[in-house]
Amino acid sequence: MRNMMVIARREFMAYFNSPIAYVFMVVFLLLSSLNFVLAEHFFLVNQATMRPFFESLPWIFIVLVPAVAMRLWSEEKKSGTLELLLTLPMRHVEIMIGKFLAAWAFVALTVLLTLPMVFFVSMMGELDWGPVIGGYVAAILMGGAYLAIGMFVSALTKNQILSYVGAAVVCLCFVVMGQGNVLHSMNDMLPQAVHVFTSASFVPHFENISRGVIDTKDLVHFASVILLFLGLNYLVLDTRRHA
Amino acid sequence: MIEVHELTKTYGDLVAVNRVSFKIDRGEIVGLLGPNGAGKTTTIRVLTTFLAPTAGRLTVAGHDVEKDPLEVRRKLGYLPESAPLYEDMRVRDYLRFVADARRVPRTARHARISYVADHCGLRGVMGRPISELSKGYRQRVGLAQALVHDPEIVVLDEPTSGLDPNQIVEIRNLIRDIGRQKTVILSTHILQEVAALCSRIIVIHRGKIVADGSQAGLREQADKESVFFIAVEAEPAEVAARLGAVQGVKAVEKADGEALPGFHRFRLLADKSADIAPRLHQCVTGNKWRMSELSKLSVTLEDVFRKLTRDE
Repeated sequence: MRNMMVIARREFMAYFNSPIAYVFMVVFLLLSSLNFVLAEHFFLVNQATMRPFFESLPWIFIVLVPAVAMRLWSEEKKSGTLELLLTLPMRHVEIMIGKFLAAWAFVALTVLLTLPMVFFVSMMGELDWGPVIGGYVAAILMGGAYLAIGMFVSALTKNQILSYVGAAVVCLCFVVMGQGNVLHSMNDMLPQAVHVFTSASFVPHFENISRGVIDTKDLVHFASVILLFLGLNYLVLDTRRHA
Repeated sequence: MIEVHELTKTYGDLVAVNRVSFKIDRGEIVGLLGPNGAGKTTTIRVLTTFLAPTAGRLTVAGHDVEKDPLEVRRKLGYLPESAPLYEDMRVRDYLRFVADARRVPRTARHARISYVADHCGLRGVMGRPISELSKGYRQRVGLAQALVHDPEIVVLDEPTSGLDPNQIVEIRNLIRDIGRQKTVILSTHILQEVAALCSRIIVIHRGKIVADGSQAGLREQADKESVFFIAVEAEPAEVAARLGAVQGVKAVEKADGEALPGFHRFRLLADKSADIAPRLHQCVTGNKWRMSELSKLSVTLEDVFRKLTRDE
């Protein structure tokens, strides 16, 4: 536990030692607030709701979360610091989880920076707090799932660009799988797969939680994506030693 | 302290290290010497648990690298090749991170960091980001992080590569200092380095150990033969035949190099006995040749190294 925190603290600080953190946060805030302005009905509907914001998150995350994850292993591989990191007297699981937690905390912090937006919206009318709280919980969970994917891809290459693109593509698949038209055409070709696609995709689970309905099934989905990709990540770390 | 038994490491079809065995005792400063690509770094990476051995058994202070890697890592301080460091961190923060990661007790942390900072000459740069440091300072930070937890064994991979001559001298002095208290293994392809620092030299070539011993021992080993140069004014074929017949001479070959007009220069390989030169002289005067040179080549560590690592 202590080992994990030592690693996590360094990783977390590393984001703020470079401009990446600030750029990331600003871009995220711009993109997510832009959604309010552009959402056609937001001002017309005249209803205080955070829905446009939450609905855009699966897409915004595709572009932004891989940028947080890409450096986690690639940078260490490229610069050679991986050698010092992995010869510290810690289990490699602890190092991996420490890194993951740091990146996750960073994503969570960024998401929470939008809270002032909530207060702004709540001033405009009666805000239903259930979906807002659910939305934030779901956003942070989903961010973790994106990160686990990105970190796994990052373990495969020392090229950060490749790591970014690879992670974005995998995340995109997880989002698109749940889109209506994809499911429709799936239904024609391979009806059995529709159920698999719906339950694997992030979007339906994200929408469930962000409706304010916190169901174990949806929590388990994100938890299993995180665990699956961390597990794969560990395998990559382990096979590297035997290469 | 360190035992390597029949270590083999392959990358696909490439055999990087081939059944290497050696033992290192407490307090030794051992140099792994070999040309680039000989298998030094691979050996070190297995020893530090960064890579798994393909075959063989390695123990560090009695702990097996495969069964008990955490204990092995605890015993070691390690500076990998080209001193990879977190560029974005300040020197002080970086050393704190390593101290925490290596479980230096909180109460001792400040004292340990001050100690290594003084020892490695980092006092003036503690607040600077590592990315702004010169190569020489980076190497010192690398050494400092390898020492901060006061390990019993220090492993240094090419500790002076890429440094200018002044920096090399500084880092060598530091390593010599470290060697007074700890067991040190360093790898290098620079002969002068081991000659200057190490009590023992292990020469690796193409993944195999080709020599292991003290400097004097290595010279002795290669010194079984002596080499003479001789230049005389006579028919080359005749000279070769006559000199070849001298007792103790094993081979005669035509040598390059400056000789007076009409003179020919030869390289002789002879048994290592004291009276070869007088006998050669006798042969020359007996044949009434005029001689312009008779010299004995003294064997340097460099000759030994080149002989051991020549690709034929």
